[in-house]
Amino acid sequence: MSKLIDEVKDSRRKYDVGSWIVPIIAVVTAMLVASVLMMAQGLDPMLAYKSLFTTAFGSSEGIAATLGKATPLVLSGLAVTLGLRAGLFNIGVQGQLLTGALASAWAGYALTNLPPLVHIALALAFGFFFGAIVGAIAGYLKAFRGVHEVITTIMLNSIVMGIVDYLASNPFKEPDQALTRTPQILDSVRLPMFGNFPSGFFLAAALAFLMWWILGFTTTGFRFNTVGRNRFAAWYAGISYKKTIFFAMLFSGGIAGLGGAVETLGITYRFEPAFNLGLGFDGITIALLGRVHPVGIIPGAILIGGMRAGAANMQFDAGVAPELVDLLLAMILFFVTAPLISRFFKNSSNRSLTGGWGN
Amino acid sequence: MITLIKRRGSYYFLAVTLATLYLYSQSANITTSVFSIAVTFAMPLALAAMVGIMCERTGIVNIGIEGTLLLSSFVAFYVAIAAKSIVIGFLVAMATGVAMSLLLALMSVTWKMDQIIAGTILNILATGLTSFFYIQGNMLPNMFRQKPIPGLSNLPFFGDVLFKHGLLMYIGFVVIITLYYGLFHTPWGLRTRAVGEHPSSADTAGVSVSRMRYVNVAIAGAIGGLCGSYLVLELVGSWNRGFTAGKGFTALALMIFGRWNPMGALAAAMFFGLAQAGANQLMINGTVNIPPQFVGILPYVMTIIVLAISAGKVRPPAAEGQPYEKGQS
Repeated sequence: MSKLIDEVKDSRRKYDVGSWIVPIIAVVTAMLVASVLMMAQGLDPMLAYKSLFTTAFGSSEGIAATLGKATPLVLSGLAVTLGLRAGLFNIGVQGQLLTGALASAWAGYALTNLPPLVHIALALAFGFFFGAIVGAIAGYLKAFRGVHEVITTIMLNSIVMGIVDYLASNPFKEPDQALTRTPQILDSVRLPMFGNFPSGFFLAAALAFLMWWILGFTTTGFRFNTVGRNRFAAWYAGISYKKTIFFAMLFSGGIAGLGGAVETLGITYRFEPAFNLGLGFDGITIALLGRVHPVGIIPGAILIGGMRAGAANMQFDAGVAPELVDLLLAMILFFVTAPLISRFFKNSSNRSLTGGWGN
Repeated sequence: MITLIKRRGSYYFLAVTLATLYLYSQSANITTSVFSIAVTFAMPLALAAMVGIMCERTGIVNIGIEGTLLLSSFVAFYVAIAAKSIVIGFLVAMATGVAMSLLLALMSVTWKMDQIIAGTILNILATGLTSFFYIQGNMLPNMFRQKPIPGLSNLPFFGDVLFKHGLLMYIGFVVIITLYYGLFHTPWGLRTRAVGEHPSSADTAGVSVSRMRYVNVAIAGAIGGLCGSYLVLELVGSWNRGFTAGKGFTALALMIFGRWNPMGALAAAMFFGLAQAGANQLMINGTVNIPPQFVGILPYVMTIIVLAISAGKVRPPAAEGQPYEKGQS
């Protein structure tokens, strides 16, 4: 019984959004450490950051490119967030996203003679559906067989990577083309632009607000949160733990798949295995940077999308390798989760989100 | 259940032996070369699985093996070039592995952070560091060349398969056997397993849980450094971005497949090494065309199937993933 009380006490802290200062300080600290590394290479960090941020946020074309990069990141961050709210660590966002990207690319080039709106909706649905299948496998194994979701999603990532690579290099390959990639999608299925801005971003942002509403103000959301915070309390309240886990994983996979679909239909216009690498893992950083809050991940995704969008120009202006962004992301994740900063703000929310592989 | 698996294990062993004998009688040369190549495929996977076993037996989940391998292979490559010595490259790579491990231990033991996040940080950090500092177009001064062991290498079949490799491969075999012996037949192994299964009992018996975890995770890091060095200094000889290509994740699959036992993981690694080498050989012959991607995903598919079927029977160390607080029950 005392263990139960402890759990409840702990859970109050678990998703305590707490100080918004922590993520900001984490980003600033990571940038400071990165500038030391740049100086060690004899480069000028001020010039690099100036180039990075003026490219990303200084012009309307820049902002449009930033939002384009941010779109799949918002969705992969949302997928991780939804999982974490239900107490699941979905490391499989990468695989689910790839599945969705390929499925929507196939729907985009193989299905013809459809009116644009129907075609777009269908291709997005394909992305969601196939991502959800991959998520549901992990969800089923977790809920009904007790296999830890971290291990299954790691395995599924590699399985999906292999299958997707096979499909893109054999049956779905663009004919007479040396590269491993699918044909380009039809014009009718490309996501429209709102002026300069990609409409996919607004779709993703709308989904983030929808999820905020569902998680915050509906019974479904209450179920997810309760299971995530304390499965015993959920059981006591008559909430089916298994069903909730299963659907959380299914929808998490679906949202990740949608992220891949939006990337394919709005930015890359075809599937190529190398295009989407790393997006799923960025989602983990973004979810934690946004304090596991559906709307909170939007600024994080825009920031990281901006870094990705400005990285090439930074290399041109300041001679800094664009991979600096990967390094920054790693340090941001470290500083935002390590209790270094939060200790100063008396926010002791560094409780384990996950257990071992067992249960 | 244990007897069942033991019996299954011996069936598997018998089947492999019979199949090998048959193939050997058909074509001695090809069978020997396929097995010999399979061993070179299997060793890095087995060593990486040892990293996982060391960590998990002591209660720390390490999904950062991939990052440890990536960074240590990177360091092995560039230090060997800078110092013009592959031995120095190897030693510094081991130190790098230990450093990565200590970072993991700091996050998960001292700061009691979520261990999955800690491992993810290792992976992302290694990807970031290696791709940021990567410079194209460098050559190793030399590599760990094949050094047949006198006497043993003249054995038929086994001589070629096991005793005609480079130095790091032999070290790898010694490490795996030592680890097996150490885990199950020494006081240190008993303490390690106790800390991984029931830390408060170990604590009561006078074993320092956090010290044990730090030391074991550090040893695991050194093994990771050995694995990274083997890959770059003995097997491949060059380095590029994303060099380890998911071997650290395959290792997790093999660890579970081998039921957290070094010998089990070695057998699993050998099985998948053989599958890969056999598929390559079949493709060279043109007999069957198996897409290489399908051979690559075999370990993952089989692990998921095994976990799904034998859920609850494949049991990881009980205390893994949880930070230890003194006085917890």
